[in-house]
Amino acid sequence: MNFQPGKDTLKREFKTVGTRTPRPDGLDKITGRAQFGADMTAPGMLWGLILRSPHAHARIKNIDTSKAEAVNGVHAVVTSADFGPCPDDVLDVRENIMARDKALYDGHAVAAVAATSRAAARQALKLIKVDYEVLPHVTDVDEAMKPSAPIINNKLFTKGLDKTPRKPSNVAERFEFGHGDVEAGFKQADLVVERTFKTEATHQGYIEPHACLASMGTDGKGDIWCCTQGHFMVRQVCSALLGMDASALRVTASEIGGGFGGKTTVFIEPVALALSLKANRPVKVVMSRSEVLRASGPTSSTSIDVKIGMKKDGTITAGDATLRYQGGAFPGSAVPYGAMAAFACYDLKAVRAVGYDVIANRPKQAAYRAPGAPMAAYAVESVVDELCRELKLDPLDVRLKNASSDGSKASYGPNFDVIGLRATLEAAKAHPHYRAKLGRNQGRGVACGFWFNFGGETSVSLNVSADGTVGLSVGTPDIGGSRASIGNMAAEELGIPHDKVRCIIADTASLGYNDVTDGSRVTFASGLAAINAARDAIGKMCERAAGIWGIPVDAVTWEDGAARPSSPNAGKHEPLTLADIAAQAGATGGPISGHCEINAEGAGVSFATHLVDTEVDPDTGHVKILRYTVFQDAGKAVHPSYVEGQFQGGAVQGIGWALNEEYIYGEDGRLQNAGFLDYRIPVASDLPMIDAVIVEVPNPGHPYGVRGVGETSIVPPLAAISNSVSGAAGVRMTELPMSPPRVLKALGRI
Amino acid sequence: MFQIQISTSINGDDTEFSCEPDETLLDVLRDRLGMTGSKEGCGTGDCGACSVVVDGRLVCACLMLGAEAQGREIETIEGMADGTELHPLQQKFLDHAALQCGVCTPGFLVAAKSLLERNDNPTEEEVRYWLAGNLCRCTGYDKIVRAVLDTAKDMRIPAKANKPAAKKRVKA
Amino acid sequence: MVKVQVWGSLKPALEGADEIELEAASIREVLDQLSDRFPAMKQAITRGVSVSVDGRMYANAIMVPLKPDSEVFVLPKLVGG
Repeated sequence: MNFQPGKDTLKREFKTVGTRTPRPDGLDKITGRAQFGADMTAPGMLWGLILRSPHAHARIKNIDTSKAEAVNGVHAVVTSADFGPCPDDVLDVRENIMARDKALYDGHAVAAVAATSRAAARQALKLIKVDYEVLPHVTDVDEAMKPSAPIINNKLFTKGLDKTPRKPSNVAERFEFGHGDVEAGFKQADLVVERTFKTEATHQGYIEPHACLASMGTDGKGDIWCCTQGHFMVRQVCSALLGMDASALRVTASEIGGGFGGKTTVFIEPVALALSLKANRPVKVVMSRSEVLRASGPTSSTSIDVKIGMKKDGTITAGDATLRYQGGAFPGSAVPYGAMAAFACYDLKAVRAVGYDVIANRPKQAAYRAPGAPMAAYAVESVVDELCRELKLDPLDVRLKNASSDGSKASYGPNFDVIGLRATLEAAKAHPHYRAKLGRNQGRGVACGFWFNFGGETSVSLNVSADGTVGLSVGTPDIGGSRASIGNMAAEELGIPHDKVRCIIADTASLGYNDVTDGSRVTFASGLAAINAARDAIGKMCERAAGIWGIPVDAVTWEDGAARPSSPNAGKHEPLTLADIAAQAGATGGPISGHCEINAEGAGVSFATHLVDTEVDPDTGHVKILRYTVFQDAGKAVHPSYVEGQFQGGAVQGIGWALNEEYIYGEDGRLQNAGFLDYRIPVASDLPMIDAVIVEVPNPGHPYGVRGVGETSIVPPLAAISNSVSGAAGVRMTELPMSPPRVLKALGRI
Repeated sequence: MFQIQISTSINGDDTEFSCEPDETLLDVLRDRLGMTGSKEGCGTGDCGACSVVVDGRLVCACLMLGAEAQGREIETIEGMADGTELHPLQQKFLDHAALQCGVCTPGFLVAAKSLLERNDNPTEEEVRYWLAGNLCRCTGYDKIVRAVLDTAKDMRIPAKANKPAAKKRVKA
Repeated sequence: MVKVQVWGSLKPALEGADEIELEAASIREVLDQLSDRFPAMKQAITRGVSVSVDGRMYANAIMVPLKPDSEVFVLPKLVGG
C-alpha cells in the first residue's frame, strides 16, 4: 500500500489538506502549560552547571575539583576523565561537550557540577581550579588558512587534495563541484565580474536555551527529557558516549522552543547524564543565554570569491566560486552544501565551486536553516545583480533566462526532477511589489535561493481507537506546526475530520529510529509515513469489512472514510465507516493499527525568489526594510498558515543576518556580545509585514505533492537585501552584516 | 541559606513563599511555585519571554527579585484565561496561527494584553514598538502583529460591549 | 551499463575519469565496486555519501534498485537545519 513515486495520483480534491485548521498544541502554548526543556522537574533532582574556558585556545594542564566536591550540597563533579573511550564517529562530539587536553574556544566546557541548589552549584564552579597554558589563537577564516596561523589540531591534514600534505593546517578538506570548461565560458562573456565577500557568523537564536533533565541509575538504565530536534539522535550519541546500550536509554522530546538546526546535536545532554550517573540522582542542566551564544553552534563565518561571465543579452556563460567557511574548532562546516547550492538556481554549461572547510578557535558550528547556502547565494546573487545593473538588464528577466528547470543539470551534478524556480520568478514578476515606485535613498533587491530538502529514516505508528478516533505517533520533534500538518494528512487519507486525529511526538522506546527534524524533511517524510501508515490501517479495515460481509478483500474499497463494496458484483452492503469497524475491532480480530517504517526518498528540492525594498539613511547608515515579499514553491501547502510562517520567519532571520547579527570577537579571542542586547536579532519595530506568496508546483515524490518549506526561505534574503541596499546607496556592498558603521564606510562617510 | 518569607497575590490567589534574597521573581515562579508558563530566554531582560504584570505594570520577571513581590499583585500567563474562557488575545493567536514553537507566546500575550489595557486602538507601529521588547525567532512577527490588531478591533466593537468575544469558548 | 559520476574533489580518486560505467543493479553494488576499484573512493564512502539516482537523492540508502541506464551521482553526505 506504500506510496510509489510516479505510480500514484497527484490530482485529487483535498478535504483537510490545504485548510487552516487550529493547531493541536495551540491551547497548551497560549495558556503556558506546554512543557519545554527547562519546565520538567523530578523528585530528588539536582541542578547541574558547567564551567567554561575563558580562553580561546589553551592547554589544560590540570583540573583540581577537590574544593568544589567539598561544598555542602554538591553530589557530583565531572570532567573529560568521566567520558571514556567511544566510537570514532562521536569523538569530536565527546571533545566538544567537555574539553580534553585543550580548550579550543571561549566557552568550551571544562567541568560540570551537580548540587542540591543552583547557589551551591555556582559556588562549587568558582572553586574548581583549572591550570591553563594559554596558546595563540585564530578566529578569522582567512587568517586561519594562512601558513603562519596557530595550528589548532596537529593531526589535521587537508583532505580532498591530489596529494595529502605533509604538514598539518587548519584546512580540513577541499571540496569541488561543477562541470564544463569555466575558462572557455568566461571568454564567451561580454562582461565578467569578480568580487570577494565576507559574512560574519550568526546564531540560530532560538528563544529557548538548551535544557535537559537526565536520570541514570546504577542499573545502567537512563532517561532524558530535553528540547531537541532529534531525540533518537540524542539517544544514539549519549549512549555511545556513556557506553550504554542504546535501548537502555529512553529519550523524550519536550516541546522545543525553536531549533533552526541548532538543536540537531548534543551539548549538555551527555554531561547531565554523566552527572546523574555519578550522583545517582536526576540532574537538570539549563544553559544561560550567554552559554548558548558562546558554546552552542552558530553558523560559519565565511569569505567567498565569485566570478561570473555574462553576455549582453543576459546569458550567463560561466560561474566560478571559491568558498572558505570556518566551522569552529572541529571539521565539518557546511561548506560542501554552500558550494553545491551556490549556482543551483542557474542552468550553466560551465560552472565550478570550490569549498574549503576551515577550523578556527570558535564554537563548533551547527546546522542553521539550509546550512551553508545563504552565504553562497549571497555572493553569487550579488554578482549576478551587479552584472544586471552594469548591462542594464532586468534582474528577474536575466534569472528567468538562465533559470534551472525540469531536467536541467544541476550545478552540483545530477539532473533536476520537476522544480518550481521558474514559477516563483514569474510570480514575482507579476506581483505589484515589482512595479511599485521607489523614493530617494531607496532600492529594490531581487535574489533567488535553493535548498535540497531531505527525506530520511522515519517511523510512524497510527492507532485506531474503538470510538473511531485515531492516535498518531511520530518521532520527529515539532518545531513549527508539523503535528498539525501530519495529523491533517492522516485525516485526509483516512477520510475522517482532522480533529479525530491526535498527533503526538512519541519517545524513543515507542517507535523505530527517526532521523532528526532537519533538512525541511518532517512534513514531507513523517507526512509520507503517516499517509502510508493510514493506508496500512485502511488495508486492515478493508479486511475486517470483507470478513463482516463475507466477501473477498479485493472486493472492498475505501472511500470517504468508509469501506464499501468495490462493485455491484460484490453484493449489496451498507458502507462500514472507520468508526463502525473500530467499534467491532476486538470481535473481528483485535486492535487496528497502521505502521510505516521507511527511509523516505523523493524529497523535492525547493526554490524561492525574494523581493525587498530598503531605504538607507546616508547620515546614520541605518537600513530600513520598507517592503518584503517571499515567493516560494511549497509543492502543496498542507497547512498554508504554517507554510507562510516558515516563509516569514526565514525571511526575518535573513534580515537579521543581513543587517544586524554578528559574532564579534576581541583581540583576546573572546566573544564580546554574548547576550541578546548586543547580539541583536530583529524585533517587531524593525520590520514591516512580510508578504508570503505560496507557489505550488507538486513534488512527484509525494502522494500529495508536498515539498519541505522550512529552510529555503533563509537563502535569498542576504543577497536580496544587499542588492537592495547596494542600489539605494549606489555602491556595491560586499560584507555582512550591513550594520550602520559598515554602510557609512561603504558610503565613504567614515 | 537565609530565606525571606513573602506574602503576595498571584493571578488573584493569595500566595506565600520563602526565597533566598538573590532569587528572581522568575526563579520563584518557575522553581518554587511550579508556574513554568513564564519562560527564561535570556535572564537579562532582553527577550520578554518572562513578561508578567506587577501592580498593573509590565515587567520582566527575570529583572525583579522574588522578595520584591511582597504585598504586590502579580499576573502571569497562567491567569490570563478566565477558567475555560480564553482571553480574546489567546483566541486570536490561535486563529491567526501567531505562534510556531510557542516559547515566546506567553510573554507576547502578557505584553499585548498590557498594551490593549492602555490603548484600545493601537496603530501597527504602536503595536510593533510596544512588543519590541519581546523576541520571537520563528514568526517574523507578522502574524503576531495581525493577531493583536485584530483583537483590538474586535474588543472595540460596541455590539460586543457585553464581551462575547472575551467569553468565547475554547475552540482548539 | 549504469553511468556513475562523482563530485569534483573525488574525480582524482577515479584516476582521471569524468564518468565511469558499471554493471550494477543497486546503489550498494555501485558503492561496493567503487570501493573495490578505487582505494581513494573507499575512504569517502566509509565516511558517508549521498547518492542521486536519475535526479532523485538518497541518503544512507543502499538497496535502491537501478535501471540498466540509470545515471548515478555520488555526493557528500547531506545534513540540514
